[in-house]
Amino acid sequence: MSKRTVQFKIYRYDPDKDAAPYLQDISVELEASDKKLLDALVRLKAKDDSLSFRRSCREGVCGSDAMNINGKNGLACLTDVDSLAQPVTLRPLPGLPVIRDLIVDMTQFFKQYHSIKPYLINEDHPPERERLQSPEEREELNGLYECILCACCSTACPSFWWNPDKFVGPSGLLNAYRFIADTRDQATNERLDNLEDPYRLFRCHTIMNCVDVCPKSLNPTKAIGKIKDLMIRRAV
Amino acid sequence: MSVSKRTYDAVIVGAGGAGLRAALQLSEAGLKTAVLSKVFPTRSHTVAAQGGVAASLGNSTEDNWHWHMYDTVKGSDWLGDQDAIEFMVRKANEVVVELEHYGMPFDRTDNGKIYQRPFGGHSQNYGKSPVMRSCAAADRTGHAMLHALYQRNVRAHTQFFVEWVALDLIRNANGDVLGVTALELETGEISIFHAKATIFATGGSGRIFYSSTNAFINTGDGLGMAARAGIPLEDMEFWQFHPTGVAGAGVLITEGVRGEGGILRNGSGERFMERYAPNLKDLASRDVVSRSMVTEINEGRGCGPEKDHVMLDITHLSPEVIMKRLPGIREISIRFAGVDPIKAPIPVVPTCHYQMGGIPTNYKGQVVLPKDGDPNTPVTGFYAAGECACASVHGANRLGTNSLLDLLVFGKSAGESVVEDFKAGNLSLKPLPEDAADVSLARLSRLENQGDGVQVADVRLAMQRTMQKHAGVFRFKDLLQEGVDQILKVAEDARHTRIQDKSQVWNTARQEALELDNLIEVAKATMISAEARKESRGAHVRDDAPDTPEHPNGRDDNNWLKHTLWFSADNHLEYKPVQLKPITPGVESIALAKRTY
Repeated sequence: MSKRTVQFKIYRYDPDKDAAPYLQDISVELEASDKKLLDALVRLKAKDDSLSFRRSCREGVCGSDAMNINGKNGLACLTDVDSLAQPVTLRPLPGLPVIRDLIVDMTQFFKQYHSIKPYLINEDHPPERERLQSPEEREELNGLYECILCACCSTACPSFWWNPDKFVGPSGLLNAYRFIADTRDQATNERLDNLEDPYRLFRCHTIMNCVDVCPKSLNPTKAIGKIKDLMIRRAV
Repeated sequence: MSVSKRTYDAVIVGAGGAGLRAALQLSEAGLKTAVLSKVFPTRSHTVAAQGGVAASLGNSTEDNWHWHMYDTVKGSDWLGDQDAIEFMVRKANEVVVELEHYGMPFDRTDNGKIYQRPFGGHSQNYGKSPVMRSCAAADRTGHAMLHALYQRNVRAHTQFFVEWVALDLIRNANGDVLGVTALELETGEISIFHAKATIFATGGSGRIFYSSTNAFINTGDGLGMAARAGIPLEDMEFWQFHPTGVAGAGVLITEGVRGEGGILRNGSGERFMERYAPNLKDLASRDVVSRSMVTEINEGRGCGPEKDHVMLDITHLSPEVIMKRLPGIREISIRFAGVDPIKAPIPVVPTCHYQMGGIPTNYKGQVVLPKDGDPNTPVTGFYAAGECACASVHGANRLGTNSLLDLLVFGKSAGESVVEDFKAGNLSLKPLPEDAADVSLARLSRLENQGDGVQVADVRLAMQRTMQKHAGVFRFKDLLQEGVDQILKVAEDARHTRIQDKSQVWNTARQEALELDNLIEVAKATMISAEARKESRGAHVRDDAPDTPEHPNGRDDNNWLKHTLWFSADNHLEYKPVQLKPITPGVESIALAKRTY
């Protein structure tokens, strides 16, 4: 790809100076080496240093640069800029309070993550060496432990939009199942108790937006289904 | 501008692997601790580590810490301190097993133990044959580790200040460290974190180079803060260029790919590493592999229309192995190189990856500097661990998987030292000087009021281009000398950066300008230290110090078996001896020898 100009519409809001948010029309000339949307944002920022967004690893593993790209949540660093219809419309992740421009306040998202006790619970005295786990048991964690906490899924979920304070959301629930599925964890019952509530788990209506947007190709809906199964099995 | 004040037993700057490991130690000991991080902890750069963490568990092949120690000393080209290296390799099993107990999802062997794979420079029997020492969670070891450490800190109720940027180190007239100033991104609030102990775990600064595997956040904040406050930086001429960054994109492809059987090929398909390292071949030490690749490219044997890269080939591995052991690499190749490595080789070039040098510490994680004739006098109240620190375990070249080990061992060790010093009553809350925040306020005020000036992005680019051209994989006398002049000019420009954004809310323009101040310190330290070291050693290889019988590989132990210390105030250099003696009586020093693989 050679040099080309790309048109953007970007959600802008600086509470220090703007009375209200607005969409800014802006274009930028990209170099041949600029391939990802994040490359374009970095170019735009060199032009207008007030444009604000989070970014770090630029390879899809830190989860910083999640945003709403032409109506769909995704990571700027993994999105091919040339694949996007122009003008490329960028908005902050939906459903969370906006701090500034593309930066949202993720407090509620992390509060839900923390609420599922996201750590291994095993009260036995640890052995001298590693706890044993078979390759098959370890395989159960694949598709779960890779979550990067970018919040693409939870902020694409209508149930989370309606009840961000009560519904754990797809990311939190995927992580809850990551510990339930771990043969080293001893707190399955406690974890299920923690989710047995009209909102925390059961507000998932399998809309599957989470699966559609996950930049790591994870499947929170499937994990939620497994938690529901366990709960039903426990009840009968 | 008003400055608030917060008081703690300890403040930790940085919440990557080293910071989180140190924080656990303090939280579990009940110290009132603040952990500052400019990003949410799981976004720290440890998350990008791929291939594994070294420990001589011996789960698949026979192994012991003596062999690991030998490999690390040899890998360091004898510039590593053997007391710190002994300390690290002997702690390896303990810290890795601890992580497993915290819940880290390591891959498993058939008998349920932690899976281990071969890695560059790691061997059995003092260099005889490759060993399986790298403990791995697929090719996402750093991600799995960072999340497990964060999760354990959630359990320990560690107090985080997320998206706070540390600005400057506070020292009193005696040189003791009293804490840091910091800026909250969301509000622009400036605060003094006044503490009995300060631990820096701020990571690396690979963003001084144009082409780097490092995250945007790797701006050497701890090194910049330390240097401005009069702490020297050690061995900054030694930078690791990782052999396999995706050509053009710079994104890392783990050495674990070669550990699983991947082969480097030149333009004619030849496995060229057989010529450079007949024994370990593609799994020779990183500096050796990177130089071999650049030699192939320079001599016209590269790949592609420009012959400017080589190929990393795993097409001979079964798709099952690739999907199971290297799923993240496959994803990266498809996304950033446009090739599926099951079907076609990955274009790669050596890419700046890791800083071997840093803030000088001892193996207890205490920051040390020369004072009253002792080159290793601890600075009261100041500790450092991980990539920002130089213990020195990596010397002139780090072995793959020793970085994750370093941050675990020395993160824990720094934490333990603080707890011990605290319990022994050696740490107290010393009175803050009146002007404790003045340096930071002056920097902010300068940015606020700068009229004419240069754009931050322009200065940063000039710095990165200069470093790339003048201090790369191979170094040249003339280019180094020119490089010193040029980087000092760029540093002068950095004092006149101008930003348009004057908002108090999440001002990333201001943040990038402040980060540039830190990068510039690192760039100066690197260029000046490199120009001065007139030998070749590890990752520092000069055209005027070639391989001769008198100086094998260009190394000159008579004159240069010593650590560099660079001082920011006047750019002067001092040197201190390498510790060749291990800690434990009876453990033999690894004797100097020519490095071959």
